[in-house]
Amino acid sequence: MSNQQEKITVSIWRGKEEGDLESFEVPLVDNQTILDLLTSIQRDVDPSLSYRFACRVGMCGSCAMRVNGKPRWTCRTLVSKVVSNGELRLEPLANLPVVKDLVVDMAPFFDKWQAGKGRFEAKDSAVMEFAPIKPDNKKRQLADEAIECINCGVCYSACDVVESNPAFLGPAALNRAWSLMNDERDGSSIERLKAVSGEGGCQSCHTNSQCVARCPLQLNPTRSIAGLKKQVAVAMLKGEL
Amino acid sequence: MNQNRDKKEYWASFVQRWSGVVLALFLPVHFWVLSLALQGGEVLDGFLHWTDVPLVKFAEAGLISLLAVHLLGGFRILIIEFFRWAEWQSNLIAVAIGGSFACGLLFLLRAF
Amino acid sequence: MTNRLEIKLWLAHRLTGMALGLFVIIHLITMIVVIQGGLSAAEIMERTSSNILVVIFYGLFVIAAAIHGSLGLRTVAQEVLSWRGSSLNFVILVFFALLCVLGMVAIKGLVL
Repeated sequence: MSNQQEKITVSIWRGKEEGDLESFEVPLVDNQTILDLLTSIQRDVDPSLSYRFACRVGMCGSCAMRVNGKPRWTCRTLVSKVVSNGELRLEPLANLPVVKDLVVDMAPFFDKWQAGKGRFEAKDSAVMEFAPIKPDNKKRQLADEAIECINCGVCYSACDVVESNPAFLGPAALNRAWSLMNDERDGSSIERLKAVSGEGGCQSCHTNSQCVARCPLQLNPTRSIAGLKKQVAVAMLKGEL
Repeated sequence: MNQNRDKKEYWASFVQRWSGVVLALFLPVHFWVLSLALQGGEVLDGFLHWTDVPLVKFAEAGLISLLAVHLLGGFRILIIEFFRWAEWQSNLIAVAIGGSFACGLLFLLRAF
Repeated sequence: MTNRLEIKLWLAHRLTGMALGLFVIIHLITMIVVIQGGLSAAEIMERTSSNILVVIFYGLFVIAAAIHGSLGLRTVAQEVLSWRGSSLNFVILVFFALLCVLGMVAIKGLVL
């Protein structure tokens, strides 16, 4: 109980693109997540604070934001693990328009998801038989490596190329495109390769791998994008693009 | 998240980019110096004599180092992009290739 | 179509990178062997005069380096300076031409 006396200073972004950090002094509580902290500030100190969450158990990705500059899920981050010199800084995800305080507009993220054809499209012919996909099927394994993405936006916020190239589709959109390229049942391979090789396509990735460093599900968009680069190069040399 | 991970790949890309920029801007100078040969051996000799000072030798060594670093980083990127190896394997390969190359160079120099 | 251009430039950058990987290793080894015991214009030109191998190897080297360097600078300009579009492409083309010309002149000076 003795650490309840210890106070920390939490700086939280208030406003939209224009705004400022506002400081709150709060007690440092053991086993408290940043989401808990935000909720206690919003309930007890300032009801006008805006932030997102839903499941609070690390399944939905809604609570993603920048903590001391690095994007993470607040429901899965202990305050005690990230506070340094008694200070903590909370800002909205980078590279997305700020709606208010810690809430960002995810629309551009999903627009790029669609632009990279991150959706399944069945083959033209009617399915007469099930596609037999065995567990040791190599393509299925590749798809499975990339499939767990829940579009939380952490990788998008972490990516230096997203920051410096407005057209870049981003790690998540390209990672999903890669998982679909490995789906035997999907029928729009060539269109998808075209979609991920335009301006801002897979070729813009510089393997900085900040996406890999920050993904809470430990996915590897750099590897997925490398797979896309190879497929695009082969298709181009074959004249299919 | 593993804090260390953040920095390594980012710095690899940073060094790759800026070593490349320095080399690209140096290339025209390098070609121009060699073209002095067109003006006759004495002009090139004069220039080479002028560059026979420690500062220039130091800069030359620096440039060769940047070239070596850029080359290593290039191998790493090619391996990540075309062979789909895990990152640690790519880094290891780049170091291995670079290391063996450096050994060969040192042997040739027969110095140190 | 922009679609194909960006991916073609990316592929050209990687392919020239692979070629340069080989050329640079050969070049560095050659240089180190050759400059043992000092460097003079007469010595350089004696080795390179009327040498068709020099023309072929260094000709390819110059072109690959010019492509690779120009494309690299283009990407850096786009991402660091936010400079995009036809004005950048024009400047890059000029730089590319400059490198090719200077490089070929240097080779000519060494071989003739």
